[in-house]
Amino acid sequence: MSTQPIIQVQNVVTAFGGTVVHDQINCSIFEHEIYALIGGSGSGKSTLLREMILLQRPLSGTISIFGQNIATLTPTEAQKLRQKWGVLFQSGALFSSLTVGQNIELLYQEYTDLPANLINELVKLKIDIVGLPAHARYLYPSQLSGGMVKRAALARALALDPKLLFLDEPTSGLDPFSARQFDTLIYQLRDLLGLTVVMVTHDLDTIYHIVDRFALLGETKVVAEGSLNEVLAINHPLIKYFFQSTTQTSHQKEIHGIQS
Amino acid sequence: MKSLSRAMLTIIDSPTHVTLQCHGVWTMPNLAAVAEHLELFTPKKPLQWDIAQIAELDSAGIALLQLYYRKFENQGVISELIGTNDTHTKLYSLLYKRHHEETSAVKTHSWLYHLGKEGHENIQGIGKFLAFLGESFVLLLYTLRYPSKIRYRSIMAHIYTTGVTALPIIGVSAFLIGVVIAFQSLVQLQKFGADIFIVDTIGISLTRELAPLITAIVVAGRSGSAFTAQIGAMKMTQEIDAMKTMGFDPFIFLVWPRVFALILVMPLLIFFADLIGIFGGMVVAKAQANLSFDEFLYRLKGALAIKHYVIGIAKGPFFAFLIAMASTYRGFQISLNTESIGHYTTVSVVNSIFLVIACDALFSVLLTELKL
Repeated sequence: MSTQPIIQVQNVVTAFGGTVVHDQINCSIFEHEIYALIGGSGSGKSTLLREMILLQRPLSGTISIFGQNIATLTPTEAQKLRQKWGVLFQSGALFSSLTVGQNIELLYQEYTDLPANLINELVKLKIDIVGLPAHARYLYPSQLSGGMVKRAALARALALDPKLLFLDEPTSGLDPFSARQFDTLIYQLRDLLGLTVVMVTHDLDTIYHIVDRFALLGETKVVAEGSLNEVLAINHPLIKYFFQSTTQTSHQKEIHGIQS
Repeated sequence: MKSLSRAMLTIIDSPTHVTLQCHGVWTMPNLAAVAEHLELFTPKKPLQWDIAQIAELDSAGIALLQLYYRKFENQGVISELIGTNDTHTKLYSLLYKRHHEETSAVKTHSWLYHLGKEGHENIQGIGKFLAFLGESFVLLLYTLRYPSKIRYRSIMAHIYTTGVTALPIIGVSAFLIGVVIAFQSLVQLQKFGADIFIVDTIGISLTRELAPLITAIVVAGRSGSAFTAQIGAMKMTQEIDAMKTMGFDPFIFLVWPRVFALILVMPLLIFFADLIGIFGGMVVAKAQANLSFDEFLYRLKGALAIKHYVIGIAKGPFFAFLIAMASTYRGFQISLNTESIGHYTTVSVVNSIFLVIACDALFSVLLTELKL
């Protein structure tokens, strides 16, 4: 591809204490892509996401976002960069002392100088765009169901019209129907708002349906990167483990083995 | 003219209508001036919005256009939108795909409503606390029938955290109270040359009233708040639900071990506070009135009737019961939001201290009537 990637991860090494999580990993994310980081538990995909959104620093290596190396940002540059992306955390992470509306409003009040009636209109729009009913605005996070919390958190992540959206396990904890609805929503938003979406996910259906490219993390490396077809063409035990429907039969074999 | 720095609005007046020509960058950081402009504008003729020259438009820009388009239309001005392009309509249809109905926040009520609501809630609160006490006593009787169900290890652990680790702070507080009382009393007593009565003052006031109160207040602030926060956190992580499903009753596992531990520990802490407090008084008496330790102790034997000491110690279990019950009760009230932990921890300490003081007042009246 000729275009410059929006996010470029180069030779990133991460270690906690003595355990190495990432050993010189590389991946690149291009504009308008829905990109997924997948891998087993403890493969460091959430850690990589946290490193991208400036919550954690890698031991070595560089991560560039919009062409800037995020390790060498000044606090003002970092603040500017943070306003260009929205983050949806796994559990929503809505501020529990504020209503859904106030959660979204807060960003406009802190970062824009728009008048109150326009902020009010925008809050209404963002709540509507994610498919929440209008009265949800006056509810507190504790009064929402799991699916509604995710939607409200997405509305908050979209508040400042970011170009880049990070999602940490967006469909976990949702029933399959809501999960597919959520996928469709993200897909539509990507098209209409011109977003680039980076997500950590376990959900194979999400990968089949909306993800353009993904990186499979495992054994401290990026095992494979590319579109689903590209990755499936590679012969690697981890890829088999993740994608092949034959896993079921191997399970059954194991069970039979135990029985006999 | 395109201005690439900010959003602009030119008003072109013609005989038949007014054209609002929008240009520039209509995005979130650049809209404030235009919004102000539109707010001050009152149309008198049919309006024509020309958005062809908008260089960049985001959701805030669309919302602003829509907001005033609607407002002017509602004022009865005929409005027309020209110069839309594909991106505009796409974004518009995404944002306004559904009809937006106005919703209003929860109605505000008069002070009378709030007064009634608060009163009702308080009365209900007392009822709930009594229900909590009732349930815990039922389960206590049940556990007493099966003594093996008593959580001895948990009681021990709480004795350590609420008792042993509280010794330093209680020692310091009691010592300082002893010092303060001795100083203040000596000033008055020396006026009459009655220095020796410092022993009576310290001995009686400390053992009967001050040591139990100070101990209870420190324990309420220290252990009471911890109880509330511990149980609250367990509730938030659903540990309490998990316990219930496994048949571990929270009263047996969480409430009574804390209550028993505090009941056992409180008299001991008061005794400790008595000793240190009197020692504080002795130090001051020696320094300010030249009263030697030997003399002080000799006088103390005569002056301090055993009943004062016993009454002080006997208050301990009552205070402990109130503190432990109030703070565990508040812990169970914590709900699934971060603010409620802070709120109920505060409430639990305030309640505990109030209950302790009220109980002390009751003791005072009762014992005076009994001529003790």
